[in-house]
Amino acid sequence: MSASSDKPVQLHTSPHLHQPLTVEKIMRHVVYAMLPICVWSVYQFGLSVLALLIVCTTVCIGTEHLICRWSGKPSTVNDWSAAITGILLALILPPGFPIWMAVVSAVFGMAVGKMFWGGLGFNVMNPALVGRAFAQAAFTVPMTTWVPSMAPGRFTQFIPSTWTPPLMVPRPITQWLEQVAVDGFTGATPLALMKYNQESTETLALLTGTITGSAGETSALLILLGGLYLIARKMMDWRIPVSILGSAFILSTIFYWVDPAVYPSPLFTLFAGGLMLGAVFMASDMVGSPETAKGAWIYGTLIGVLTVIIRLFGGLNEGVMYAILLGNAASPLISKMTQPRKYGAIKKREAKA
Amino acid sequence: MLSDLQHSLLNGGSFAHGIHPPENKHYTADKPITRFPFPPELTLLLSQHFGKPSKPIVRPGQEVVRGEPIAEADGFMSVPLHAPATGVIRKIDWAPTQKGPRVPAIYLKVTPGDSQEILYGAPREIEHLSPKEIIQAIQDTGLVGLGGAAFPTHVKMSPPPEHTVDTILINGCECEPYLTTDHRLMLEQPEALVRGTQILMRAMGAPRGVIGTEDNKRDAAEAIERVLPKDGSVTVKVVPTKYPQGAEKMLAKALVGREIPSGQYPSSVGLGVFNVATTNQIGTLLPMQRGVIERVVTVTGPGVDKPGNYLVALGTPLRFILQRLGYHGSAKYLIMGGPMMGDTVSSLDVPITKGCGGILVPRPEDIDKLAPRRTYPCINCGKCVEACPMFLNPAALGKLAVKRQYEDMLDYNLLDCFECGCCSYVCPSSIPLVQYFRVSKAMNRELKAAAK
Repeated sequence: MSASSDKPVQLHTSPHLHQPLTVEKIMRHVVYAMLPICVWSVYQFGLSVLALLIVCTTVCIGTEHLICRWSGKPSTVNDWSAAITGILLALILPPGFPIWMAVVSAVFGMAVGKMFWGGLGFNVMNPALVGRAFAQAAFTVPMTTWVPSMAPGRFTQFIPSTWTPPLMVPRPITQWLEQVAVDGFTGATPLALMKYNQESTETLALLTGTITGSAGETSALLILLGGLYLIARKMMDWRIPVSILGSAFILSTIFYWVDPAVYPSPLFTLFAGGLMLGAVFMASDMVGSPETAKGAWIYGTLIGVLTVIIRLFGGLNEGVMYAILLGNAASPLISKMTQPRKYGAIKKREAKA
Repeated sequence: MLSDLQHSLLNGGSFAHGIHPPENKHYTADKPITRFPFPPELTLLLSQHFGKPSKPIVRPGQEVVRGEPIAEADGFMSVPLHAPATGVIRKIDWAPTQKGPRVPAIYLKVTPGDSQEILYGAPREIEHLSPKEIIQAIQDTGLVGLGGAAFPTHVKMSPPPEHTVDTILINGCECEPYLTTDHRLMLEQPEALVRGTQILMRAMGAPRGVIGTEDNKRDAAEAIERVLPKDGSVTVKVVPTKYPQGAEKMLAKALVGREIPSGQYPSSVGLGVFNVATTNQIGTLLPMQRGVIERVVTVTGPGVDKPGNYLVALGTPLRFILQRLGYHGSAKYLIMGGPMMGDTVSSLDVPITKGCGGILVPRPEDIDKLAPRRTYPCINCGKCVEACPMFLNPAALGKLAVKRQYEDMLDYNLLDCFECGCCSYVCPSSIPLVQYFRVSKAMNRELKAAAK
């Protein structure tokens, strides 16, 4: 700003006031809201998750910085949005995911999911989810290899698959699992248990995260707290998480009524898997969601319904990622269809008469 | 009325959307209006209003007395101009203005030691005037919208013949932060305001008058209530403080729950909307057959030693006012009008005009806070959509403006934007949205003119 303050006279058009909130501040506070989840997931899964978090964040920031430099633009990493993508990506990968694969996914998500579109504000889809979708397609086995939480020795040793050499497939971790896992660990997430064995998990376990799953999706409670913090600071549109969780809850209630033996309970639907993290931290990403209030309701409902449909009837046991990506893709159309009715618009019928 | 009740239940007696910027009225809210001395020379712009400039009827060297007409209206869409002080016309020449472009002005050398007494005009019985005569009398006062738009008042009082006006709304919201002129006028001179309201009602044939103000000026509402006519034809309504409540369309919604159709006058829904300062002047000047020669200006902000509400002669240069009030800096960042819709001025020689209700003086250290911040790309947060009182989509408009698709912006109702600045205020990316829209409107005007 020093350049402009040197001018003898500054001529600006109104308004001369700004509210204090800036993009940089919003993004910074999203990072703050995710920190407790990070800490908890490191506590749960140990060093491997810490490594994932650090590597993904660094790689995302680095990718954005390098692409900015190569395209001859000033670097945009100080708006904190690349850090969000990095943290989110680390939180939605399995804890023992090989680091080299995480690096590739992060570069892909950042480059193809965000920077190729023009950077912050121009990307259609959430870059972290683009990275995860890439990982899901490219590294199917590591993406479905789960490890137990609270494993003994997690703060002193890495999960063996973490440091797989680049371009190598991780060796099976059955031997390690036998050492650390309590009896009966199946390596299946609550959602997989539900889908393939019709086995439900207690809601309390889902809330606090003493289950297996992606690093950050296991504690619904901390995710909710982070979301509430952002909503209270007006840095998130509350309509999006509310409509996603609400529609998923209602739809799964209907199915549960139809046949409780086959379909999971609505509470299970809400708290299991990535729905909570997706609803609170990914679908609510402002860039990929409609800017109108009505649009936000439609967008959220679409994601909630799609998630439940994919989970119950699709080939996958988890549907949040694709539901949000589809929601992101539909967002411009939803925006266009829900333009506000301007003040003083003359009703069409009256205008014709 | 049922619709009134419904309205206050649904909207809490206000309009939808809008913003709550820091009010900062404490600098001057309790400062009574005081008269400001005459400067050695007045610069009287011939175009202080919307419409055709006034035609000078004086020559250099001519002596004039305070209150005497010095320029006449050039047609219906124009108003005359009166001498604010006794003195000698020095020259008619170009002068700098608040908006920027230089316009012709009458330079009046004030006679030293001139009294403040107005020697021109004579009392008259306005009760005997017909509505048409009142409207003519108002044009003769040179009155324009003193709230800032400076639209000739007599034109506003002459709606198309097919419109019937049933309610006069008096705008005492003063929703701009910092400004307190309307507040002080309501508080100190409620009689003139009510008299003005009654004159407006009679001239426009409206049986009802509603004086609207915001709940941060309750003392003003109480002062007016004490002098209201016994027949109940004029009432006061206090609405929740919100910006831009003082906009004609928002006020109509807030006070009587009516929506003025896009592109129409308030009279199309039976309303006439006038500002408090304008109405006060009608009540003061009309019975005395005088013209507008001075106005109340709030000089405020942390950069001035003696902030206050001053009755300033029109044509007083900024430099004279600021030096007397303890500001000795340059015109680096001075705002005439309020911070939301006012203009930064390029020179301290800019004179006070009929439409100027405030001068905002920041300290040097505040300037960086006022100056445009770093702009980020639009992140689609929708805060502008939620702020726009006209229910437009500033985000979509802004993206089109950046791509210079000016004509496509018309489909997004660009022309309904009245430039209140709410979108720019809330934008976390600091995108100069309303500034884009001003340019876009101008581009569309040019495109339209080129097509002809």
